[in-house]
Amino acid sequence: MTTPVIDIRDISVGFTAKSGATLPVLRNIDLTVAEGESVGIVGESGSGKSTLALASMGFLKRGLRLLDGSVAFSGKDMFSLTRTELEKIRGGELALIPQNSGQSLTPTLRIGAQLIEALRLHSSVSASEHSAKAVELLGQVRLPDPKAILSRFPHELSGGQQQRVAVAMALAGEPHALLLDEPTTGLDVTTQAHILELLRDIARERGMAMVYVSHDLGAIARVCDRVVVMYAGEVVLEGTTRQVLKTPAHPYARGLLASIPRLADHHLPVALDGRPPAPGGAGAGCSFVNRCLLAQDRCRAERPALASLPGGALGRCFYADNAVELSLTGTGTVPVELESDGPPALQLDELSISYHQPGLFDNLLGNVETRVATVDDINFTVRRGETLGLVGESGSGKSTILKAVAGLLAPAGGNITFAGSEILAPVVEDRPPEHLRSIQLIFQNPDDSLNPRQTIAEILEQPLRLYFGLTGQALYDRCVEILNRVRLGGHYLDRLPSQLSGGEKQRVAIARAFAADPKIVLCDEVTSALDVSVQAAVLDLLNELKEKQSTTYIFVSHDLAVVKALSDRVAVLYQGRLCEIGPSDQVYATPSHPYTEVLLGAVLEPDPETEPTLSADDVVELYPPVRGCPFQRRCPRKIGSICDTETPPWHRAARGHAIRCHQGIDDLAAAQVVQAAV
Amino acid sequence: MSIASVPSQNTRFTRILLVFRDVVSRPSGAIGLTLVVAHLVLALISPLIVPYDYKTMNSALMLTGPDGTHWLGTDHVGRDVFTRVLLGGREALLVTGVATPIAVIWGGFVGIFFGLVGGRIDEVMMRVVDAFLSLPWILKMLVLIVTFGTGIEVLIPTLAFFYGIPVIRIARAATHDVVARDFVSAARARGHGRMTIIRRELLPNVLDTLMVEGAMRWSWMLLAFSSLSFLGFGVSPPTPDWGLMIADARGFMSFAPWGVLGPVIALSSLIIGINLTADALAKALGIDRAQKAPV
Repeated sequence: MTTPVIDIRDISVGFTAKSGATLPVLRNIDLTVAEGESVGIVGESGSGKSTLALASMGFLKRGLRLLDGSVAFSGKDMFSLTRTELEKIRGGELALIPQNSGQSLTPTLRIGAQLIEALRLHSSVSASEHSAKAVELLGQVRLPDPKAILSRFPHELSGGQQQRVAVAMALAGEPHALLLDEPTTGLDVTTQAHILELLRDIARERGMAMVYVSHDLGAIARVCDRVVVMYAGEVVLEGTTRQVLKTPAHPYARGLLASIPRLADHHLPVALDGRPPAPGGAGAGCSFVNRCLLAQDRCRAERPALASLPGGALGRCFYADNAVELSLTGTGTVPVELESDGPPALQLDELSISYHQPGLFDNLLGNVETRVATVDDINFTVRRGETLGLVGESGSGKSTILKAVAGLLAPAGGNITFAGSEILAPVVEDRPPEHLRSIQLIFQNPDDSLNPRQTIAEILEQPLRLYFGLTGQALYDRCVEILNRVRLGGHYLDRLPSQLSGGEKQRVAIARAFAADPKIVLCDEVTSALDVSVQAAVLDLLNELKEKQSTTYIFVSHDLAVVKALSDRVAVLYQGRLCEIGPSDQVYATPSHPYTEVLLGAVLEPDPETEPTLSADDVVELYPPVRGCPFQRRCPRKIGSICDTETPPWHRAARGHAIRCHQGIDDLAAAQVVQAAV
Repeated sequence: MSIASVPSQNTRFTRILLVFRDVVSRPSGAIGLTLVVAHLVLALISPLIVPYDYKTMNSALMLTGPDGTHWLGTDHVGRDVFTRVLLGGREALLVTGVATPIAVIWGGFVGIFFGLVGGRIDEVMMRVVDAFLSLPWILKMLVLIVTFGTGIEVLIPTLAFFYGIPVIRIARAATHDVVARDFVSAARARGHGRMTIIRRELLPNVLDTLMVEGAMRWSWMLLAFSSLSFLGFGVSPPTPDWGLMIADARGFMSFAPWGVLGPVIALSSLIIGINLTADALAKALGIDRAQKAPV
């Protein structure tokens, strides 16, 4: 047997707390990666997956110490090497691709200079051939026009292109192994799918080993042969991708899989309640015991060992046999459908929004020709008690539309009508209190939307004082009531946001919106900053609140499965223009707009048997085209010059389903490649 | 303001207490704060404890070295250096102690205002500030002092004015950072008035930065005040002042170094103390960017 590329033996990593105690972050981990093998490491945030990946480079973040065990790369003990020896290996034989390459590229150096630096330090290519090799590398990562890219600066590239450059730099040293730390998180679905295909192909062609760290089981399913599931700093399940994703024999892995929303489901994902123990808080028993459905007395008293399971996988559970019985998809709540009668809750007519304002120089030089509006020609109504999902990639204008509805951004044209007849003032400062109260906005990141210097009580008091004039005991009672409604207790009132977990913070943000007793709640990517298990809980909460308060939601997300889980109707946006709108089951089924088809094709399911369909390239467009169909430049079903010159007409199908395309619905249906899940 | 019936663990007072504890627990904070407090206490009680009169000259004792009766020796007119060092910080602490809060308040106010207004006015005003900052400070200050005289009533407003200008930049930058955050948008979307947003959302987040900035300004202002004294534009003799003492004694430095050493040690220990405290405060408040730098 050959030596494994990465051989981690029983390592424990920890830090010294202020109290003087040593708290473990990683506990007794064994991991081997063979040549040409790709191993995925999954887990919730804080599970230690990144720490483990970095430890395999012989690197620990400041404050962390190696408590026990050894890490070997190609037979060399990484923690006993000198600095110079490590410098040779890192970036050369062992390369890291970080999460946000935009931040790891030097902003003041051209791409060419950075690539050549990597070649100079980590390859044997002679100096005269550096530029030729750089072009070759950029070509290998499938960047169009590599020569031109060499002279660009990082900020001139899109997120996907930056990630490709990072891959090219990693390849410069002809590595034996690649470490990838959430390499596609934060990228659009289509870009993510393309990057993953690229990584998969490169690893196969070069026989490279890969360690792929991600919280996204869909991505893991696509690129990994073997998966390691981490929980509270230890490995709880390890096996082939198929074993882990199809027949996982650990309650945590099952719970994690059930909490992922899927396109095929008709119900909400099942939340995994509770939260992982803090470092050192796992106690004597199994670390997962407090959240486990199968927990017995034995689990509390004794820590299970990582034992072989019948199929060949390794699992850390006493009751692995029983765990297999747990549902993988769960039986989550079916989203409520409220009766929608009476006037529509919200109506958008010919809404257009433009970010471009002529500057001083434009005025001086007479360049006042206005650029094409960022968001244009938006017409839709939201019925009362309905959930309308807005989907699209970044830059599609979904959040911009929400901001216009909330009055934070004045539209350039068009009207927003509330409750059937009342036209909303364009800016929030001009709106009457009743309108302000009725429309509430929940932001993406609770770290940013909750004032870090206010206690939860102070945060919740604001809408209550402003809209209802509550004071004293009544105010206090109401705050407690609202907190209970989002499943937090009154004891949270005097805490600060920094003392709460991510999911708890988002609940507070939701509580603040619902404190106003709103009619319409605008949700802007409310779950994208959260772990999947927490996301499921938040979706469940939103559904419950909707049922109790008959709220209307506009739910914005880039994640199609999340939108599908909650929405009654879905609108698909591209470049600030509507492509398709209709009942969600119908939009997600055939026939659909070519863009919807591309989006659905790129969705990654946590299932090694599914494969994404990539039918359009992932070039990011910065401005919508001046005329014609907004999707003309990337459309796989483009029929000719008509797409470039004329705005496509709306084709209407049953149940209010409408598609905006030059091709008729029947033609689209016939051409449909993707059999999207219904 | 907060709900009365809840026993709160996060009141403003507990926060101040926590920050204080954090500052003291750091070596830099402990040393710095000790130095600053010692200086303040000495400045307060020094008139009661000084061994000699600070202005009595004695031609028989000119430039004698340190000994049992004159711990730090005597100066060129026979005055006790130790006495004058003890008293020499009073004027400086009084002037800068009054001028610093004024500088931070007016600079902070203007900075927050421009940060909120934004747009072209902000842009133009910041260029004016830049132009102002590009002139050597001593030149600007001397023009005013030469025009209006050198008393405390001139020095305080002059120092407060000039040292408030850099605060404008800091306050504006901090305001920009906070205004861009979602909780301010959330407050706007709820329909809160502008003043409520400033008071409840903005100020608590900007004040931390201003506090640290104030501490730094204080140490620079002390240095500026001593420099002015050194040049003869600060305190008028025979009032003891460190800057003035250094100026008077520097001619005899080669054979009577104690005359310079005493005030230099006093002044630098105070400035180092303030800087260390500011450093620890910034870390305790979590606004120290250097702390987040990668390894």
